Amino acid sequence: MVPLSWYLILSGILFSLGVLGFLLKRNIITIFMSIELMLNAVNLSFVAFANYWSTHPVADKSMIPLSGQVFVFFVMVVAAAEAAVGLAIIISVFRTRETLNVDRVNLLKL
Amino acid sequence: MVHQVLFIVFGLICVAGAINLLAQRHPINSALSLVVVMASLALIYLLLGAEFVAAIQVIVYAGAVMVLFVFVIMLLNAGAEERTRGSRIALFLGVPGVVALAGTVGWLLVSGSGKFGGVVIASSTFGDTRAIARLLFRDFLLPFEITSVLILIAIMGAVVLGKREG
Repeated sequence: MVPLSWYLILSGILFSLGVLGFLLKRNIITIFMSIELMLNAVNLSFVAFANYWSTHPVADKSMIPLSGQVFVFFVMVVAAAEAAVGLAIIISVFRTRETLNVDRVNLLKL
Repeated sequence: MVHQVLFIVFGLICVAGAINLLAQRHPINSALSLVVVMASLALIYLLLGAEFVAAIQVIVYAGAVMVLFVFVIMLLNAGAEERTRGSRIALFLGVPGVVALAGTVGWLLVSGSGKFGGVVIASSTFGDTRAIARLLFRDFLLPFEITSVLILIAIMGAVVLGKREG
């Protein structure tokens, strides 16, 4: 038996590393990957809580323990849509700027 | 006992991959360490009895999304990250903020860990495809249909953005 807090701490570590990458990295693709890392960290706590509430008594009878996993499914769908649109934006930025460094992308219009 | 050992092993691989993502300067190395993180997260999902989520984690995340990333990195011929000064606000406010956030959450979880129960390896019928499908197509039918519309709009947006103008 693993304490639930271990899973939550792992999730917190991954989320913090994602935030750090988002703040410190200068490459737009790596920044985007840090966002994916944060989404994954949140998914981990969703799945951990889904498991937790399936074996522990739930006060609210209308709560469905498995819905945590369904939410992970929705997060993945949104992440896939976000990756498609975000990478298309990166490609079109690269076409006009010829750079992937976010410090060089500082004008709204050329 | 086996559960704890497996969790620690895959958790450490996860954290090592995430740190490597930050440490590498070339985006392709970061992308491959993100694949490592996602694959070991899929194994952790298996430990939690979430078979369906583990499968789509490998197929959708480690497969489709990361292939898209690697494809874009190679298409744009992205080289090593160039060093620029970056935002000072991000450095001087963001980093202490992240440390404070991680410290607070970690401290709360460690100090309150007695209040939480434990997580056991669930029975094989808990997170299987049949149970998820029953939820998805009955209780969450409307959100499911809306996500399909969302995906359609995202694909159209990607095509419009990717199209060369003129």
